[in-house]
Amino acid sequence: MPNKDNMTTMHEKDITKEKSRQKVVKLFVQVMVYAFLVAMAIIVLFPFYWMIISSLKTLDEYRMSVPTFWPKTVMLSNYAEAFTTANLGRLFVNTMIVGVISTLLSLVITVLSAFAFARLEFKGKDLLFSALLATMMIPGELFTITNYSTVTQFGWMNTYTVLIVPFLVSVFYIYLLRQNFMQIPNELYLAAKVDGTSDLKYLWKVMVPLALPTLISITILKMMGAWNSYIWPRLVANDEAHRMITNGLRNAFTDTTGDVNYPVQMAAVALVSAPLFLVFIFLRKYIMAGVSRSGIKG
Amino acid sequence: MKVVLQNLTKIFPSRNKKVKGEVVAVNDFTFEIPDGKLIGLLGPSGCGKSTTLYMISGLQKPTSGKIFFGDDDVTELSTENRGIGLVFQNYALYPHMTVKQNIMFPLQNLQGADKLSKAEMLERAETAAKLVQIDDLMDRKPSELSGGQQQRVAIARALVKMPRVLLLDEPLSNLDARLRLQTREEIRRIQKETGITTVFVTHDQEEAMSISDMIVVMKLGVVQQIGKPQDVYDDPTNLFVAKFLGTPPINVFNGRVKDGTVYIGEDAVVTGTDVSDREVIIGIRPEGFELDENGPLQCTLSNVEVMGRDVSIVSKNDASVNPVIRSIINSDHKIDTTVETVRYSVKLHKFFLFDKETEERIYFEVK
Repeated sequence: MPNKDNMTTMHEKDITKEKSRQKVVKLFVQVMVYAFLVAMAIIVLFPFYWMIISSLKTLDEYRMSVPTFWPKTVMLSNYAEAFTTANLGRLFVNTMIVGVISTLLSLVITVLSAFAFARLEFKGKDLLFSALLATMMIPGELFTITNYSTVTQFGWMNTYTVLIVPFLVSVFYIYLLRQNFMQIPNELYLAAKVDGTSDLKYLWKVMVPLALPTLISITILKMMGAWNSYIWPRLVANDEAHRMITNGLRNAFTDTTGDVNYPVQMAAVALVSAPLFLVFIFLRKYIMAGVSRSGIKG
Repeated sequence: MKVVLQNLTKIFPSRNKKVKGEVVAVNDFTFEIPDGKLIGLLGPSGCGKSTTLYMISGLQKPTSGKIFFGDDDVTELSTENRGIGLVFQNYALYPHMTVKQNIMFPLQNLQGADKLSKAEMLERAETAAKLVQIDDLMDRKPSELSGGQQQRVAIARALVKMPRVLLLDEPLSNLDARLRLQTREEIRRIQKETGITTVFVTHDQEEAMSISDMIVVMKLGVVQQIGKPQDVYDDPTNLFVAKFLGTPPINVFNGRVKDGTVYIGEDAVVTGTDVSDREVIIGIRPEGFELDENGPLQCTLSNVEVMGRDVSIVSKNDASVNPVIRSIINSDHKIDTTVETVRYSVKLHKFFLFDKETEERIYFEVK
């Protein structure tokens, strides 16, 4: 067979050709994907970049009609000024108090009610749970008015209580944790029952450790929520002693003539965002897990 | 500790709200489990065997009837006060605890006079672990163990409280075939060593027969037969029990009795019985056939399966309820696989008659 060698070579040539063609296609797809991702990343990151460079500019440079993309003189002093002008220390403390207390209480309520809905048998359980879920369909902002009239009647204006109590019960977290609890096999509960474990001990020793990732997610989300809350604190607790961080930022930098010192305000914003940034970078695994597990916004 | 079940009945309300009615999971179960024995509750799924086990454990309350441990009426007693150990089908180990913590967990709930010090708990846990031979795995997590090892941990955890009664729910069904054989020996050994009255639930008749002192065969909530495994096999009270026990299963034929002679088709397989004329169902164990050139039962030969020790002959007969008849013959016999028909005679003690309507056993004597 004289041309057998020849045929093999032809075949090999085809393979090499096909291989290089595939390589080109793959490369092209990859370039497109990365170009898209870079474009999206720029869109997302640009405001942060703008915040940081603005916080380093002088007020004059900030007001220039043609904006600069890099500060001519780097004003690190803006940060020190931000801290003192806005009384940031006080704002931080207020926010931490509200954040920590509301998170702790909220966790207790969430764990107990999730356990009840997941494991206990009582009359009207399904109905009650459906009613709770139904409240999720009402946008949170709609509660503002009724909540406002309620807390004024209670005389809670300008207290920590008014910042903490109205948001202790989160249907979403209860739902999230209940789903998590329901995935724990019922046999574990029965086994614990056989051994004489009380419900509370079982909850604490078995369910809570098993649902820890979800609980961490809830903690983070709740803390972030407290940190970011704006409308409600602005309405009900806007005195110096209880003001929360977001509101502090809004008001502190306006001078008597109504002028706002934007670079200093931006410096304050950068300072306030930093903790959230760190939380996100180090704990994003839990945040993502918490949000993606239920397929609903966090 | 003997366990007495007295007219035990469990009725579940129907799940479907539109259909009124109820499901009788266990119907009037009376049985005295002798002290220190291993009892197998056996039946197809949905026969009420697990419900019975859960009622003994106290996790489910009987609708009526009573349960005694020894002379104590425990019917109203809560689970944790009954002193039982329960092993679940999926083992129900706490995944976030080590083997040691899992085994010690039941001890941490002991209150008052029974309260143990940390050292005592550890000692008890180690004793239990040694008994099931997992004392070298104490610091592992359940996920790092094989199925068989997890099973042992579950048994150790059930035993560590020194229960009066040990209950096992389908203990072997999550294990592969080889491990199943090994583990069932193991359960037998542990039960013998501890002498704890043990009840286990299974749907696998081979499993139940091989290790139980007594078996209870159940069907749709009703106890069919209770006895030693061999006795139940040799002397089934009805067609269901006969069919449920034995691999390969019993061969079932439609037949009739006329003038004391039992016919399968036209073949007079047994003569001279004292049964009155009627239609019957005939059951013949696979080992109840004998090759006999002049035998009365004629079947069409399908094929012969050689299994070494025995030979299994697959044949057909129009009166057979199953598509094929399987008979097991000692391999000493030389079998001509080219013939089209085989003739059998039957061994009388492997040959049962059942009523066509009630499927109850018809006892007979041959004159």
